[in-house]
Amino acid sequence: MIEYAIRHSEKWVKALLEHLEMLVATMIISVILAAILTMAAMSSKIISKMLVHVFSVIYSIPSLALFAIMIPVTGLGKGTAIIVLIIYNQYLLLRNFITGLNEIDPSIVEAATGIGMSNIQVLFQVRLPLSIKTLFTGIRLAVVSTIGMATIAAFINAGGLGSILFDGLRTMNVHKILWGSLLSAGLAIGANALLLQIEKKIYKFKLD
Amino acid sequence: MSLTAIEFNNVSKKYSQSGDYVVDHVSLSIYEGEFVTILGSSGSGKTTLLKMINRLYEPNEGTIKLFGEDITTVDPVKVRRRIGYVIQQVGLFPHMTIAQNVAIVPKLLKWNKSKISTRVDELLSLVGLEPQEFRNRYPSQLSGGQQQRIGLARALATDPKIMLLDEPFGAIDAINRLNLQDELLRIHGGLKKTFLFVTHDINEAFKLGTRVMIMNKGRICQFDTPSHIVKNPADDFVSSLIYSSREQERFWEGLD
Ligand SMILES: Nc1ncnc2c1ncn2[C@@H]1O[C@H](COP(=O)(O)OP(=O)(O)OP(=O)(O)O)[C@@H](O)[C@H]1O
Ligand SMILES: [Mg+2]
Repeated sequence: MIEYAIRHSEKWVKALLEHLEMLVATMIISVILAAILTMAAMSSKIISKMLVHVFSVIYSIPSLALFAIMIPVTGLGKGTAIIVLIIYNQYLLLRNFITGLNEIDPSIVEAATGIGMSNIQVLFQVRLPLSIKTLFTGIRLAVVSTIGMATIAAFINAGGLGSILFDGLRTMNVHKILWGSLLSAGLAIGANALLLQIEKKIYKFKLD
Repeated sequence: MSLTAIEFNNVSKKYSQSGDYVVDHVSLSIYEGEFVTILGSSGSGKTTLLKMINRLYEPNEGTIKLFGEDITTVDPVKVRRRIGYVIQQVGLFPHMTIAQNVAIVPKLLKWNKSKISTRVDELLSLVGLEPQEFRNRYPSQLSGGQQQRIGLARALATDPKIMLLDEPFGAIDAINRLNLQDELLRIHGGLKKTFLFVTHDINEAFKLGTRVMIMNKGRICQFDTPSHIVKNPADDFVSSLIYSSREQERFWEGLD
């Protein structure tokens, strides 16, 4: 097995890099989009409920189906995969962003408003720093979910670690199947562990 | 005759359509330079009354004017920056140091750094907390009474002409409380500043107030100088309040 990995190192390194590329592109756009949608959600309860509801429905569609649905619209390949992954992420990100910003002790928000902060100032100077942990949790969940779903995106020729796995399945090559699964699972677990460590460091402001 | 700093005209507030009035058709005038203390049972609407002045709540009926200007015609953020506000729950910002908490309004008003830092030290000393020791701590590293004092310092930062103080000394021990009361009287300074001060302590109310407002069930039972109230209690509620305080006095005399 190790032998296989060394012999084909070029191939899986390329797949891993493709996977990371998809992950980074997806996450950057996802977070920006979610931040914009969260701003909209903060302005009105109805918008907030609607957005979360719509994205929760989309989130419940199996990823394979959503990838397939998008093929006629945006074609095969990485671009389509990234679009789908971004849409999936919105539920995880929005839910955590909105909860985080709203779970702050109301008396702190009231004090901030009462001494003369505008809504935007309350958002950026009080709500955001105090909810940073919950926001970060959302990002961590989205990263892990994206790594997993990006594997499936190999089905629509997006490349990445999934392509090794599916190659293996097609040709019944046990090495490929194993390495494809191990690498994508390892990446997800590793990313989660790393982000969890960072998350633990963030939060020191909790009032007990 | 002084200016009317705060004027309520038939102001009412309820929190739900079906509920009772929490503030029930209140009309009052507070003149510039007054130190008004507000006494009343829990739930009588004191906090609600204050929060309508800085537009944290909007009344259902009636109008409120500050120096003759209807507050609904002014941007609420502007109204609030002119008013010092000590919130009952203290509400310090846990992610900011004590210095940053106190500096928040001057910063919003874009004072320069050295002016802010001088002011912060001045305010910390004023509320009896050593600047060197407390400046860089976080609120969670302070006792409840110390946090309250920071809440007061934060509200005083820009030396506002109107101060709303909602039980600012609730968690402070008797000795520090006496000092802070004197300090507050000194800051009030007599002529130009208008203070509204909610308290449950009848001695505090009668000591600090140039006039005392006594509230019960959303209404103002009596709003008069301490000596007038003691001489002519307006109703049973006011009488019982004074009676309860006298009882305590007697208790102390009995111990002597
Ligand atoms: N945001 C709110 N929503 C619904 N009801 C409220 C709200 N705030 C206050 N109330 C109710 O209005 C009434 C008056 O409350 P308020 O806080 O003004 O009383 P208070 O005189 O300040 O009391 P305390 O001395 O306990 O602080 C209470 O019965 C309270 O339950
Ligand atoms: Mg109150």
